Amino acid sequence: MRSLFLFLWRYNFFILFLVMETICFFFIARNSNFHHASYINSTNTAAAKVNSTVSAITEYINLSKANEALSRENAAMHSLLPGSFYIDSALKQLVVDTVHKQQYTFVTAKVINNSVNRRNNYLTLNKGGMQGIKPEMGVVCAEGIVGIVKDTSSHFCSVLSLLHKDTRISAKVKKNGYIGSLVWDGNDFRHAYLKDIALHVKLAKGDTIVTSTFSSIFPEGIMIGTVEEFEAKEGDNFYFIVVKLSTDFSNLSSVYIVENVMKGEQQVLEEKQTDDR
Amino acid sequence: MIVKVFNNLKRFLFLMLVQIIVLNHVQWSGYVNPYIYILFIMLLPMETPKWAVLMMGFATGMTIDMFGNTAGLHAAASTLLAFARPGILNLIAPRDGYEAETTFTPQKLGLNWFLAYVIMLTVIHHFFYFYLEVFRFSEFFYTFFKALVNSAISIVIIVIGIYLFGNQSKANERFAG
Repeated sequence: MRSLFLFLWRYNFFILFLVMETICFFFIARNSNFHHASYINSTNTAAAKVNSTVSAITEYINLSKANEALSRENAAMHSLLPGSFYIDSALKQLVVDTVHKQQYTFVTAKVINNSVNRRNNYLTLNKGGMQGIKPEMGVVCAEGIVGIVKDTSSHFCSVLSLLHKDTRISAKVKKNGYIGSLVWDGNDFRHAYLKDIALHVKLAKGDTIVTSTFSSIFPEGIMIGTVEEFEAKEGDNFYFIVVKLSTDFSNLSSVYIVENVMKGEQQVLEEKQTDDR
Repeated sequence: MIVKVFNNLKRFLFLMLVQIIVLNHVQWSGYVNPYIYILFIMLLPMETPKWAVLMMGFATGMTIDMFGNTAGLHAAASTLLAFARPGILNLIAPRDGYEAETTFTPQKLGLNWFLAYVIMLTVIHHFFYFYLEVFRFSEFFYTFFKALVNSAISIVIIVIGIYLFGNQSKANERFAG
């Protein structure tokens, strides 16, 4: 016993070091698990305050760009209004729509912290549990998809960016509907990779990639990007596709958080299938 | 003594602000993100006990982690830096040892000594951090390049910074006697 204490005392510096590194690795492991809320993140109040001050300043600098993006989006919305269509039917009829119920609702949010240059990037938004934001909601912006909500505090939420090693988004080629999964390799925030598209699929440079119906997080058909390059590697059954992302992650200020109102229903149904297996 | 504690506290706050407000938002070509907050641990006075340096390394890393959503990564890297500090100090000690109560600045110990000190500790910290962040060896060379470029930039900023702001602490020391 005495020699044990002597040993501990002799190497106290090294043992203290080991204890601290263990604590660090505990936090890292905890944070990398999607379903566990982490305590050390920028949704805590002090960090969120500093971050929102910084973003208030940078947002002011980027106002003109934001304005331009918003007016472009407004124009797109206006073109969808009933008033901007030519009505060619003589007979009009009021239909009480019970089939096409609303499935997705959108909440606007401001980005108060963002990064693009780490291997695993996160965003912090200024909406949280008080506004009904829950983990695993999707985040999109006018140009395309952004990420998935990870943790929430009462007024803020942190978002797993598309630029993260654990992000996998079900995507499809818009023109023919073939489905693959989108991943990011950590090099460049303007490009991601689409996997699992088989070799018989006809592709062309510039094809649009959108979200698929398989994900219960994003609505179908949200823009992801366009095919920049694709090649068939020898001995592989799938294409290697480089996708140019439509979202400019280095310049995000206002985004939408998407809630799938029917997600619970879909999940309950799908859980039944796994019970049967 | 009190002046020294106060000076270090001031340096801590200053470096944290620069790191969080400016350098964490540098997004040049997608992979440059220098970390200069480690200068705080490097410049802790000679007479600080080893265990206290370790504790402060941990706390500094945790603070950066809180603002950057990187739970534990910076804490792990800067704890390693604090652990390596006494060893590096022994390794590059001047022939007749350090003066009592010296500060680790180029003004006191010369530019060559300071460069060796900063380069070794920054490289240890950055390589550990970037490999831990990726946590796989499939991107070995890319991570290596990233760590190398970022170490170089951090070292340049630290050396320029110490010449820009170093004189101030010298004046304070004179004031302290």
